Amino acid sequence: MEPLLKIQGLSVSVDDNEILHDLNLTVGRGETHVLMGPNGAGKSTLGNTLMGNPHYKVTAGTIIFNGKDIADLSVNERAKEGLFMSFQSPIEVPGVSLSNFIRTALEQRSGKRIRLWDFKKEIEQKLKVLNMDPSYADRDLNVGFSGGEKKKAEILQLLMLKPSLAILDETDSGLDVDAVRTVSSGVKEYQKDKDGALLIITHSTRILESLHVDQTHVLVNGHIVENGGAELVDEINENGFTRFEEK
Amino acid sequence: MAEKTYVEDIDRSMYDFRYEEKDAYRIEEGLDPAIVEQISKEKNDPRWMHDFRMKSLEIYNHIQMPDWGPSIEGLDMAHIATYVRPNTKMANDWDSVPEEIKDTFERLGIPQAERKSLAGVGAQYDSELVYHNVQDFAEKLGVVYSDIESALRGPYADMIRDHFMKLVPPTDHKFAALHGAVWSGGSFVYVPEGVHLEIPLQSYFRLNAKGAGQFEHTLIIVEDNAYLHFIEGCSAPKYNVANLHAGCVELFVGKNSTLRYSTIENWSKNMYNLNTKRALVKEGGKIEWVSGSFGSHVSYLYPMSVLAGRGASSEFTGVTFAGKGQNLDTGCKVVHNAPDTTSVVNTRSISKSGGISTFRSAVVINPQAKNSKSSTSCQSLMLDSESRSDTIPAMDVKTQQADVGHEAKIGRISDDAVFYLMSRGLPEDDARALIVSGFADNVGKELPLEYAVEMNNLIRLEMKGTNG
Repeated sequence: MEPLLKIQGLSVSVDDNEILHDLNLTVGRGETHVLMGPNGAGKSTLGNTLMGNPHYKVTAGTIIFNGKDIADLSVNERAKEGLFMSFQSPIEVPGVSLSNFIRTALEQRSGKRIRLWDFKKEIEQKLKVLNMDPSYADRDLNVGFSGGEKKKAEILQLLMLKPSLAILDETDSGLDVDAVRTVSSGVKEYQKDKDGALLIITHSTRILESLHVDQTHVLVNGHIVENGGAELVDEINENGFTRFEEK
Repeated sequence: MAEKTYVEDIDRSMYDFRYEEKDAYRIEEGLDPAIVEQISKEKNDPRWMHDFRMKSLEIYNHIQMPDWGPSIEGLDMAHIATYVRPNTKMANDWDSVPEEIKDTFERLGIPQAERKSLAGVGAQYDSELVYHNVQDFAEKLGVVYSDIESALRGPYADMIRDHFMKLVPPTDHKFAALHGAVWSGGSFVYVPEGVHLEIPLQSYFRLNAKGAGQFEHTLIIVEDNAYLHFIEGCSAPKYNVANLHAGCVELFVGKNSTLRYSTIENWSKNMYNLNTKRALVKEGGKIEWVSGSFGSHVSYLYPMSVLAGRGASSEFTGVTFAGKGQNLDTGCKVVHNAPDTTSVVNTRSISKSGGISTFRSAVVINPQAKNSKSSTSCQSLMLDSESRSDTIPAMDVKTQQADVGHEAKIGRISDDAVFYLMSRGLPEDDARALIVSGFADNVGKELPLEYAVEMNNLIRLEMKGTNG
């Protein structure tokens, strides 16, 4: 079967500085991949590039998603294709409620009106999974949310939008133990709910403790320096990135 | 009509349709005593009103044009017809309204809204009301809602005479004087003591005629311990000559009463909107202004609240959206004349494609207004670098015992925010429109649902093709 995501020879620049160099990465349907690396390695650059952030310029290589070259697709078209990114710093949007936003996004993706009743039932159930008070649905998108609440709201959107590949960009950073656990259980729900694939970008290993991991990639200075299985996570957990940085 | 991608010719077909003028009577263009005489005769004024008009014209001729705001050079009174009477009598059922006029209001959704959610409706077409109706239950409560002309001759004649242009005298400014001379149409509302009218009344003003002016007068008297929500809507099709709107709104709010006055203004972009609105609030009473300004070429609009009794309060919530070719100067004025009075001003202005949006406000706290509080917050959003937004708040505080605050913020839509919303599947235009709607939500959430939806549609319409 053809892979869900196939990145070949990808180089990416920001303001004319090349951040990612000749990168290759393949993610199969329903697989969970972890992208680890020290700060400044280019992990978030990869996430933003896949999602189509116009600030990041692809200078070489191809990104095939669902059998389609998505390099020229706009951000929203990529979302429609089934890509999703949980943001490291979600943006606050005053005057737009979380639930209205999700409903608008769903309607844009499907081109169909969503039945309010079904929608309400589903969002209430997902809020429960994430230990979020139902009142969050009516609050303005991310406005006045704590760091943890913002990350949970991102996972709520993930669960409602049901993409086929979710990029989690440092979703665990800045969260306390309980919040990490809650976010993990949300991610697990996504894995089993839709057989969703994941690209988890992180520099720590806490979020991975309770998740099944298929492959791990280590990114240093814009190069993938090592690929492996879940055991790589354990190794990094014990010894950090020093061994890879010396490569 | 298909949706187009350039801002210059967005599809305004919802408001922009127009019918050939089939007026019964259209007065000559220009302004002189003979014309005002003629209007007075056409309208069969009582003597005092005739004299009032002539006096106002005299005042008009002695007042200078305002020189402190947007340019109104394009407005030449010699080419404005101040009175255009449609070829119909006022009806109280839509079936008696001529087909074309009825169709106009149907396309604007007025009869539909009346059936669903209004206690009474008045609809003005050019200079005269063509429809007026009040639901039985409101009438039984003693609520009076009629055109001003009938009221001038009916049982409330003395009340009209006691209040008409007392709050906004013709000497106030050039266009108040003009209004006094040529006013026509509008509404009179009387809410008796203790009556809470839970369902709103609405007046809709449509200017169909080309090169004409609309000068409706709205007079609302709310007695003590009462409640009223009045909604005002207005629109016009676009012409390539100047049209003028110089209406006047006078509101009298009794003790411990609340009057909410909501407006969604969407005049076409050849309109000079020089409107005057004022409220006098007695002890413990409250005026709530909710104002959305989207249309017109040039606007001067500053609803004013005079807090005359102890504990009176004023709340102003507004949004102004200036697009290409628009110079909208809006804001409000509050005069604190009694102790323990409160005013809150919360406005948002949006400018785009070279539009100019200016927020202008004045808060006056007089010496006797001890322990008064006033807070003003205005935020601006500029959607591109060619658009302008200014904030001109004035404060005149004449007592030490007052708490006055002001806060202003100017911003742009960040690329990060657009990227964030697009990453969930929203096309770029929709992402921007959603941010702007959210920005204007201070007004949106104060409006009844249908009107909030209409406002968001207007925003979407204005935002379409921003990047085209």
